[in-house]
Amino acid sequence: MNDTSHLGEIAGGMPLAARAADDRTVLDTLHSWLVTVDHKKLGLMYILYGLGFLFIGGLEATLIRIQLIAPGLHVIAPVAFNQLFTMHGTTMVFLVGMPLIFGFANYLVPLMIGARDLAFPRLNAFGLWLSVFGGLLLYFSYIGGQGLSGAGSAPDVGWFAYAPLTAKAFSKGHSTDYWTLGILVSGFGSIATAANIITTIVCMRCRGMSLTRMPLLAWLYLVVCGMVLIAVSPLTAAQVMLLLDRFAGSHFFDTQAGGSAVLWMHFFWIFGHPEVYILVIPAFAFASEIIPVFSRKAIFGYPVMVGATCAIAFVSLGVWAHHMFTVGMTSTGNTFFVVSTMMIGVPTGIKIFNWLGTMWGGKLRFATPMLFSIAFLFQFLIAGLTGIMLACAPWDWQLNDSYFLIAHFHYVLVGAIVFMIFAAIYYWFPKATGRLLSERLGKWHFWLFLIGFHMTFDTMHFPGILGMPRRIYTYEADRGWGTLNLICTIGVAFQIAGVLIMSVNLLRSLRKGKPAGSDPWDAWTLEWSTSSPPPEYNFSEIPTVKSRRPLWDLKHPADPDWKYE
Amino acid sequence: MAMLLAAPQALCGGQRVDPALVPSMFAPESAPAHSISHLAGFVLAITGGMFALVAGLLIYVIVRYRRRPNDDGMEPAQVYGSGPVEAAWTTVPLLIVVAFTLTTARVIQEVQDAREPASAVNVQIIGHQWWWEIRYPELGIVTANELHVPVSQGGERRPAFLDLRSADVVHSFWVPRLMGKIDLVPNKVNSMWIEPERPGLFLGQCGTYCGTEHAYMLIRVFADLPQDFDRWAEQQKAPPENDPSAAAGRRVFERTACVNCHVIGGARDRRFGPDLTHLMSRSTLASGALSNSPAALRAWINSPEQFKPGVLMPTMNLSDNDLDKLVAYLSTLK
Repeated sequence: MNDTSHLGEIAGGMPLAARAADDRTVLDTLHSWLVTVDHKKLGLMYILYGLGFLFIGGLEATLIRIQLIAPGLHVIAPVAFNQLFTMHGTTMVFLVGMPLIFGFANYLVPLMIGARDLAFPRLNAFGLWLSVFGGLLLYFSYIGGQGLSGAGSAPDVGWFAYAPLTAKAFSKGHSTDYWTLGILVSGFGSIATAANIITTIVCMRCRGMSLTRMPLLAWLYLVVCGMVLIAVSPLTAAQVMLLLDRFAGSHFFDTQAGGSAVLWMHFFWIFGHPEVYILVIPAFAFASEIIPVFSRKAIFGYPVMVGATCAIAFVSLGVWAHHMFTVGMTSTGNTFFVVSTMMIGVPTGIKIFNWLGTMWGGKLRFATPMLFSIAFLFQFLIAGLTGIMLACAPWDWQLNDSYFLIAHFHYVLVGAIVFMIFAAIYYWFPKATGRLLSERLGKWHFWLFLIGFHMTFDTMHFPGILGMPRRIYTYEADRGWGTLNLICTIGVAFQIAGVLIMSVNLLRSLRKGKPAGSDPWDAWTLEWSTSSPPPEYNFSEIPTVKSRRPLWDLKHPADPDWKYE
Repeated sequence: MAMLLAAPQALCGGQRVDPALVPSMFAPESAPAHSISHLAGFVLAITGGMFALVAGLLIYVIVRYRRRPNDDGMEPAQVYGSGPVEAAWTTVPLLIVVAFTLTTARVIQEVQDAREPASAVNVQIIGHQWWWEIRYPELGIVTANELHVPVSQGGERRPAFLDLRSADVVHSFWVPRLMGKIDLVPNKVNSMWIEPERPGLFLGQCGTYCGTEHAYMLIRVFADLPQDFDRWAEQQKAPPENDPSAAAGRRVFERTACVNCHVIGGARDRRFGPDLTHLMSRSTLASGALSNSPAALRAWINSPEQFKPGVLMPTMNLSDNDLDKLVAYLSTLK
């Protein structure tokens, strides 16, 4: 017995470590999160940051839908409406999608490949805080968009900010500058984190984990991060050029001085289209982990899944001008982008078939993560098929920038990505917190959100077919779009209810949820072999693996995977 | 389709929707729009079949392979993949893609590379924030927001070939029943053609976000019988009405800043605002924000902001007397 144990006795027999943790003030805790370089803490902060902006972006969408609930309304002024859809789009892509995918990558990749942290922990923290700073810059425009002495004004140029609407002549004040700087700065964060994750996956896999034995999630994130490096760079270049136009008198996009509006479109979409896949491939990654576990089967066609992902990534770099079929390209140019765009349908189809093959012959458990994954499969199927329709250039002349297009890409961004983000939250929450989420609330969340999603976005295809363009703050009563828009808006209420239930579930389970244990889903990848939540450096001993499903091998010593792979 | 969707609107909104005016892309009335809707029908049929097949399989799997209450707790047989199956579901979609691509390429070529017949009417459309300038160079007509074109009937083709340009930002000309949209891009000349087969009014609007009043950049296309079109053209070519009783109003127009942006008769060169030579022959004002009448015109001039917030036309602060005279003058411009 020494002095310290004596102290423990005085405090009522409490072990010293626990007592020290108890003594920490809120400020200490906050400080430890602010200065942390731990990939799990950074991952959770990314996710919280993304969810926080998801609420803000959702609020903006709600206001948009209220304004459009009936023809000829004046609830929201035109400029305010234009700011709302600009901020909604920018927020959802750059401040929700990107932080969420990086958050999950941060948290999961080291755990799943048996590493103790990312390759560059400090760079990781730097990436997060840059990204947060970018988000704050964008929203600061609401206060300081016209200069600190004037009233605020948020950007109103649309999330892809077509030139020359962003030129000084058409966009006065500084709202467009905040938009540019916000994206530029958060883009640097994305580049840093992508490089970090690539290095981690390439260099820090545990013993025995060859590339062909990596969990699919790690493979898919390797591809995504490669795409981030390629796609974010032209966007960064374009933002720098726009800043030069606005501050240094250059004329890249300044059409009144001979600049090119089409040049901006090329720059933006050569980022913008791969960006869709940067966001959706992580959704594929979650599905590729969750569907096997809840079907009780190994993923069907692992090498084909890897190949299909690489094919999607490669082809997606050559399809950007399908956003520009209406810009007046030659018939040859249009045909090229029709071919490349349609080709993406093949590897994407292969993925859906392989998930189906995984479920085939399994024993499906319909826990909340699986419910979201199944809805994802249906919705992604529809999104893919409407994508084929949009790829038919002549039909795209009708559909482009109509509400059909809005419905299509919300099917991807909400129906596929947000659904899989929810699935991932329900699946990995027990790992991160040590507590189970309530299945009952989870199912309420699922069904309400599903109903709301389909009311809003199934219906939204039809006003597009009837000629309703996007980004109009109101419409004429004689067009026949009124009832359809009313139904779209009602669906939003269901989605809000679903998300509120999720929030309640998260907050309640954090304190009162049932203890999860280290492996609540009877899963097979390495993150489930360590405690929940994992200790500071994940694994007391770096694991050794012999197959893609190390925990399956442990649980079935008589019939391990490595015999068959 | 348009009728089906418009019916419930008419019932529960209490708003009368004329199905003939609903700008549905599946109610085409012009050659290129027909080609597009045929292509759309073909693609819809095949993608519909694909959806039924895959969604059906999914439902089958969900029902057939759900874990039963009397499950024995054993793990199912583990299958890691299958070469032939993968080959099958790679090849079949590839063939479908080839079919789609070839069909699409044919329609692109058919619409985009169509040769202009000698009988075609040439029109220049110039996009402005937030109105359409419309010029017929061969006929010497300048108008705004309402395009008149002849119909092609009885084997006599009179398609309208539109030159699309922009004076400021990117706009997009979209009248779904006549043709898909093509953008109006500054420093670039685009083109499209339409060929309505029956007379009527076809509605459309700007398809690409172009700033504050993008929502009120509406287009009306009047397809006229050939003789009606020729009569309309004659009337548009005529010099402006010169009614001596409206001379006072004309002086107001010439004396104030109106003339900086608007033209009535004369050289009819390009200005910032719409040409007003035959203002009263148009059915709407402010690119569709108001229907045209002397009373509406008075309200509009008095306070454009009230009807189209953000519009570039300033409030002129005319006295009631001047406003009356001005509207009386403009109302004579038939």
